[in-house]
Amino acid sequence: MCEDCGCGLSAGIATTISGHDHPHPHHHAPEPRAEERQTVELRRAILEKNDRLAERNRGFFRARGILVVNVLSSPGSGKTTLIGETIRRLGPRLKTAVIVGDLATDNDARRLRDSGAPVVQINTGTVCHLEADMVARAVKQLEMNGLDLLIIENVGNLVCPASYDLGEDLRVVLLSVTDGEDKPLKYPPMFHTANAIIISKLDLNQACAFDLEAATANIRRIAPRARLFEISAKAGTGMDDWCNDLVRQHEAVKRRGPLD
Amino acid sequence: MHEYSIMQSALTQALNEARLAGAVRVHEIRLRIGVLSGVVPDALQFAFETLAAGTSAEGALLTIEEVPARFWCAFCRKEFVSANLYAECPDCGNPSGELRAGREMELSSMEVDRV
Repeated sequence: MCEDCGCGLSAGIATTISGHDHPHPHHHAPEPRAEERQTVELRRAILEKNDRLAERNRGFFRARGILVVNVLSSPGSGKTTLIGETIRRLGPRLKTAVIVGDLATDNDARRLRDSGAPVVQINTGTVCHLEADMVARAVKQLEMNGLDLLIIENVGNLVCPASYDLGEDLRVVLLSVTDGEDKPLKYPPMFHTANAIIISKLDLNQACAFDLEAATANIRRIAPRARLFEISAKAGTGMDDWCNDLVRQHEAVKRRGPLD
Repeated sequence: MHEYSIMQSALTQALNEARLAGAVRVHEIRLRIGVLSGVVPDALQFAFETLAAGTSAEGALLTIEEVPARFWCAFCRKEFVSANLYAECPDCGNPSGELRAGREMELSSMEVDRV
């Protein structure tokens, strides 16, 4: 230690100065500066990464003129049956493929393969929703050339999938008559993001004493602009309107052409 | 329960930015969460405590500003804040198709210590 100033002379520092006069040229260890509190402005979307990947998906699909539909609902509202029946009815009008998300099993994929369309199953494990990168990976397993319509059956869940953009053109939310008329009021974020809302399982309408008018009014309180369809995929009710709408949407996507 | 993955995403970004800013410790992280985002602030708090353990944000404060749902009423030609998340104008009762705020999920700022 330097006796004049009390500074610690560590072994690595040259101390060959004769007499050690002050001012002395050996290096004092820098004063330990007080830690400095600082505000860092960030202002960025938490799901920035997913949003970016979703935009990349959207560009990929648009460049190929593919209409992409993200189908959402609570579990058991009839997504798989609706999609299977949609593919059968669209037949040669739109060449369709399906990506289906579930926590586990490939039951839905097997069901959908009966419709003749190529199907990729995503098992999310414990994840309660699909994300844009899962879709990007699934797409690699599909032949995209010549495809007109890609239907993404999201994980059955009326909350979480609402937050994740997948790069779709349309969000379709199902409200089955077995769900009850007030589901839109209970789950506003999901219904609010819908471009189209399908009241499904209409054939069970009477058995469930489902009040169609009340359900429609509830939907309008949350999503006044969403297109509304009343469908029984099993009985075929409303399927023509729905399928024709998809064909029109696909034409619109094709007209828009590839992105600049 | 997607709050874990959303919190993880926010925390990862915050820790990266903290490192770039030369910070040794994160004291506070501030988020803005819209009431129509589908994310529950309490669940984010819970996830944060678990996820921040062992990082430079361990023990940090997570402050969440809730952003109310703000719609535009085309009939009254004014904005209104929805008290119940429904889109109808409290004055004229007409539903609004134009949400102006309320779906935010934003990492807004943080307080860090630099050496």
